Amino acid sequence: MTDFDPAAAAAGATERILADTLHGAHRGVVVDSPPGAGKSTLVVRAARELAAEGRRLMVIAQTNAQVDDLVIRLAGQDPELPVGRLHSNDPDPYDKTLDSLANVRKSAKAGELAGLDVVISTAAKWAHVQGVEPWPHAIVDEAYQMRSDALLAVAGLFERALFVGDPGQLDPFSIVGAEQWAGLSYDPSASAVSTLLAHNPELPQHRLPVSWRLPASAAPLVSAAFYPYTPFRSGTGHGDRRLSFGVAADGSAYDRVLDEAAESGWGLLELPARHTPRTDPEAVRAVAAVVRRLLDRGGVATSTADAVPAPVTADRVAVGTAHRDQAAAVRAALVELGVTGVTVDTANRLQGREFDLTVVLHPLSGRPDATAFHLETGRLCVLASRHRHACVVVCRAGVSELLDEHPSTEPVQLGVTVKFPDGWEAMQSTWERWSEHRVVWRP
Amino acid sequence: MSLIAALARLEAVEAGRARPLATVRHRHLSQRPLVLVPLTTAGEAGAPLGALVGTDPERPRLLTVAQPRDRELRFAFLAELADAVLPYIDAHAADVELVERTETDPGTGKRVKAEAELCADAPQLIVPGRAGIDFVRLLGRSMRFRRTAEQDPEAPYPAPPRVPLLGRWLTHYGERARVPGSALLLAATDLLGGHWASGQSSLEDQHLGALLAWIDPPGGGSGAQAALRAELARDAAGQLLCPPAGPATDPAFDNRLLAPAVESYDRVRAALGAAQEGAEADGWLGQLSLAEREIRRLLLTQLEPTWHAVWRGLELLRELPEGGRAADRWVSDRWSFTSHRDRVLAGEPPQPRRDDAVTAARKLALRERAQAQLEAQEALDDPLVMAGRRLAGEAFVAEVTEVVMAWTESKRPAPRPLITLRTDDSPHLGERVKVYRSLDGRPQSAEFVRREADDVLVLRLLDRMGRSRDPAEGSVPAKGDRIAWTLFEHDQRGGPRLPEPEETPWTHGGPPGTAAEDPDPVTPEDLL
Repeated sequence: MTDFDPAAAAAGATERILADTLHGAHRGVVVDSPPGAGKSTLVVRAARELAAEGRRLMVIAQTNAQVDDLVIRLAGQDPELPVGRLHSNDPDPYDKTLDSLANVRKSAKAGELAGLDVVISTAAKWAHVQGVEPWPHAIVDEAYQMRSDALLAVAGLFERALFVGDPGQLDPFSIVGAEQWAGLSYDPSASAVSTLLAHNPELPQHRLPVSWRLPASAAPLVSAAFYPYTPFRSGTGHGDRRLSFGVAADGSAYDRVLDEAAESGWGLLELPARHTPRTDPEAVRAVAAVVRRLLDRGGVATSTADAVPAPVTADRVAVGTAHRDQAAAVRAALVELGVTGVTVDTANRLQGREFDLTVVLHPLSGRPDATAFHLETGRLCVLASRHRHACVVVCRAGVSELLDEHPSTEPVQLGVTVKFPDGWEAMQSTWERWSEHRVVWRP
Repeated sequence: MSLIAALARLEAVEAGRARPLATVRHRHLSQRPLVLVPLTTAGEAGAPLGALVGTDPERPRLLTVAQPRDRELRFAFLAELADAVLPYIDAHAADVELVERTETDPGTGKRVKAEAELCADAPQLIVPGRAGIDFVRLLGRSMRFRRTAEQDPEAPYPAPPRVPLLGRWLTHYGERARVPGSALLLAATDLLGGHWASGQSSLEDQHLGALLAWIDPPGGGSGAQAALRAELARDAAGQLLCPPAGPATDPAFDNRLLAPAVESYDRVRAALGAAQEGAEADGWLGQLSLAEREIRRLLLTQLEPTWHAVWRGLELLRELPEGGRAADRWVSDRWSFTSHRDRVLAGEPPQPRRDDAVTAARKLALRERAQAQLEAQEALDDPLVMAGRRLAGEAFVAEVTEVVMAWTESKRPAPRPLITLRTDDSPHLGERVKVYRSLDGRPQSAEFVRREADDVLVLRLLDRMGRSRDPAEGSVPAKGDRIAWTLFEHDQRGGPRLPEPEETPWTHGGPPGTAAEDPDPVTPEDLL
């Protein structure tokens, strides 16, 4: 394993993907990408090469933030490329940065962007586009987070497509029951990729083998817990990534857990066992306090052996929760401590984003039961794979007991591919590992 | 479970009585609903055992199957059920009003006004519990593909004439019941559980007798004890005092009472079949009718308590005034009924076994919109539901303390007044988060500007103030007004237009076949 060259492995995979996309015989190509494996880089490169071949391209992303990010990356790589940003009619429909890009045209009408090399928008906006000539090629970004019915609404707009996504992240969901269609190949609540592959099993499938984001301390855990059959490696080695603090620890549990996380990549701040409401005030305060101490102590991060150390500022830190009310409570607690600029959001909204350090409120913290929602593999995977340096998990004690009392009891649906690992197993394995980095907090 | 529902359940435990979760009734109840209490045979999926059905609480119609595994008897039961249900449906189908609605002209693609028939009222079906809804669906599935002798003279075991039609209607009702907020087919336990919190788990709430005991304990005693009695108490012969609401029956009843009665019925029937002489046969015929009557008597003991419980539940629900928007939702139920009536009249084939890709996606989109709309409407109709949303930080009630006029900076300035509010609630407001209030039944939006103190907020009003420079009268709140604002939208936008089924794209397997489906083939398992 010592002769593993991450850069060569990643480049080889990219070449094969581009060959299939540009010259393959199939109408679709699927690329699975673990967290931080250069998915966006791949999308930008594929877009440029398709445009260079003179094929008009539409790009379908899932959120406006993802669309704006792609436009900015494309324009950064190739300022000459004519790019169209199709947007909604809402006020402030796109990032203001786009106004400064010379070759980016913005419009709410697809007709006004026709003829541009690349047109980018969200799946929701594309679904309303009608009466235009189909595009010869499309790239569907975050395809595993796109619902099958969303793909149905846009699939008529393109001839061929490259589907890129992370199968380990959160599956799409519906707010009403969809059991009546479970097991059908075109179950509208399933992911776009599962429907696509059920109807077109012959499509080539590729995988990006290297995570450039996750540090060497995190990649093995995330790979083993969430991608047991499709392992990936970290692009950096042990010791490449370093995190240190300008101010010494004051002996508090917050500082000790930060030191542990800086040293080993993981830290678990364990609060006394207790059943609490979702917005557990003690846990929320603990999360906010860890963030506050991190910023106070002047964290400095070094990405690679030869990189210049950079300060860990508020915009490089994120807090992840399972529920929106928890996120709101953490935001309020941070304001109380005078902290601004830190991203606080649910797993759903943190998908695809990257930070130096993350603080995670464990989905099972303080719960009397473990429901399918809280056990969902993708939720934990998103929360545990947003960081470049370290991740601090805040949780009440008793998770292993809770898991033992709540084995998975989801009904088995005929015709549905069972996903491995199940959330219960992933919870167990991550918890076991995090327990090695435990710091106990007492009121 | 929301925090306020958890609190209500705790209070119910403490008080020994159910606590209200609503101050208005969130589902329309028909003046004359049809109550259906079905029973199924243990171990035989889809084999009905009996039913009480009717629109008059005092005069239910009892339908029974003496030997549920006998195909002929099952058909006879279904024919009788069709006799009981279809006239009720037909009576509603005939009474229509003409309404104007906008339709898309297939030729030009433009929106045009057209006159359409809308049934003045729709038939409403009430079953005791959620399992009853599933059973309605199962009955619909088992009947709608059957062929009558008239449709297909060659088919073995032709179904009685109106059975496939009943199957189509029950299928439609079963599907409609999956739309949140719909009221064509309702379960009494869902209705009661939505309006009262008992002191037991939501799983236990599926037992109609126990749930009703919490809400309305007999003699006004402890609901907890009455519920325990409803669940467990048995008589000297070991039979439950309060039989389950079905469609599954109690095993003790099956084993000790029903099985011997069916066996004796089978014996008599065998003897009748073997009888040589007319006089002997007459004797056995008398015996057979006695045996059948015994089975009817036994089933009635199981059905009657549930029948009365359902009607009692409806009585309690009628004491609540109907929520304003529940009536609007009933109109969509009437449209749903009318459109299925039209499909039947047009001679369309029965609903397919499985939805195609486009139909499934359309249904899911419709239901998701209905769910979001229902959650908003229930809160707007009911201060108690709104209190739950306020507690969750998704809404707040605030008093206006100051209004400062402001305008947009454009050639034709539009009003954007700043409103200062004082509130005791703690809504999850972030920068530029939009909030909504109901103004004459329609939503007016504002955005969050800043928080001046813990309990003082500033909002900027954004719309519905008219076209002129000065806002229309009454469109801007005045100092002292107490207003409920929500962080959730009141209406739902329509989703994108999906392709027609015959344009299903390659990613979803291409267009489905168009041929009408054949009935299920007869297998050896269908025969006794």
